[in-house]
Amino acid sequence: MYSKGLAPLAAATAVTITTAFTLVFFYAPNDADQGFIQKIFYVHVPMAIVALGGFVAGGVFAIKHLRSGDSSWDLRSYVAIHLSIILGVGVLATGAIWAKASWGHWWVWDEPVLVSFLVVFLLYCVYYPLRFSIEDPGRQARYSSVFAIAAGAFVPLNFVAVRMAESFTHPRVLSQTGGDLPGDMRLTFLVSLLGMVLLFVTLWKLELTAKHASMQLKKLRNRARVAA
Amino acid sequence: MIAAARTILRKDLLIEWRTKESVPAMVLFSITVYVLFHFGLDRDSLDGELASGVLWVTLLLAAVIGVSRLFAAEREQGGIDGLLLSPVDRTALFVAKAVALFLFLTAVELVAVPAFGLLLLGPGLGGAFPELLAVLALGNLGVAAVGALVSALAAETRAHELIVPILLLPLLVPVLIACAQATEPLFRQEAGPEDLGRWLGLLTLYDVVFVLLSVAVFDFLLED
Repeated sequence: MYSKGLAPLAAATAVTITTAFTLVFFYAPNDADQGFIQKIFYVHVPMAIVALGGFVAGGVFAIKHLRSGDSSWDLRSYVAIHLSIILGVGVLATGAIWAKASWGHWWVWDEPVLVSFLVVFLLYCVYYPLRFSIEDPGRQARYSSVFAIAAGAFVPLNFVAVRMAESFTHPRVLSQTGGDLPGDMRLTFLVSLLGMVLLFVTLWKLELTAKHASMQLKKLRNRARVAA
Repeated sequence: MIAAARTILRKDLLIEWRTKESVPAMVLFSITVYVLFHFGLDRDSLDGELASGVLWVTLLLAAVIGVSRLFAAEREQGGIDGLLLSPVDRTALFVAKAVALFLFLTAVELVAVPAFGLLLLGPGLGGAFPELLAVLALGNLGVAAVGALVSALAAETRAHELIVPILLLPLLVPVLIACAQATEPLFRQEAGPEDLGRWLGLLTLYDVVFVLLSVAVFDFLLED
């Protein structure tokens, strides 16, 4: 039921990501200020946007689960958050590499977006111990959904708070984080972002299909055992 | 609903009054952490950013104890079944638990804040009033709302004493930012520019969001 359209989606993902990398290396110019290392931006920023989007989507699916009581929405929410956490590791790693290359330190506390992302990441890591220490399936789904909703509401609030705390000592403007890119860089960025979104959706559907299949298998095995 | 909330609250306060479990432990914990900070930082008196940071980190860590004990009576003695079987609105339960936590935190701060002034604070507490009261009240409200939600979330897990701190502390980062930033000018040696309004605004926003959110989702916890 989850695998519908998976093959064309996977093909579109492969094409878009190949195009994105081609654009990154052969089309987009080197940044005048930071040089070649700035190209990590085309991986880091789309990954961060998609990870945050995945967290929010997890919260929306969780609302649907609580509204309908249909456990398939909980599975969707779980897989979205799971993939976002994996992307989150990538975001923190590429962010640290970029920080080291352009500011000389592996970690900078006065970059509010990076710091807020770390707090959000730490919070979502608690999803696993919370979810898997509840045995009853119905309760597990409900409690995980409540967590996903609370954490989803926390994400924007946390960004506001951290930004306010940092701008207290380091005033900075929004456009500095990439609001006004030149045309060729913007195109490359948008293609990279699209590639990352497609990759996320493909992996999400794939994981849902796999989880669904293994659950079906478990059910059939149980039935076979009862029959025998 | 108000009557039910009041009854549950009265029960919680009575249990705390008779067992004297959470509040004394939280007070003792706070003072111990001051001693740890004294040696850890190797400073006899603190002011400004360091003072407000130490005070708020200590208070939030003490709150973790209160939150992890909030459903202790129900969980350990099986009272949760009685509570769930009774025709009581879950919102009433949330309100009662959040108010109880708010009162516990206030009681702890009545001792822990003067103790901080006595033991570690350089400039003296006198200059920090009445602004500090507003920060404490709004901070407590946020901690109470999030704390009641977190303790209900963790109540049914196998490792709740593990889940509570790692779930509560990241959620309280905005509270820490706002409270520490708002308190920092009050603890300076010489009065500096204050920016109380924006931090109290942030705290109010946080409180409103999490009170509404907790009321909305609490129905789905502690079911059946």
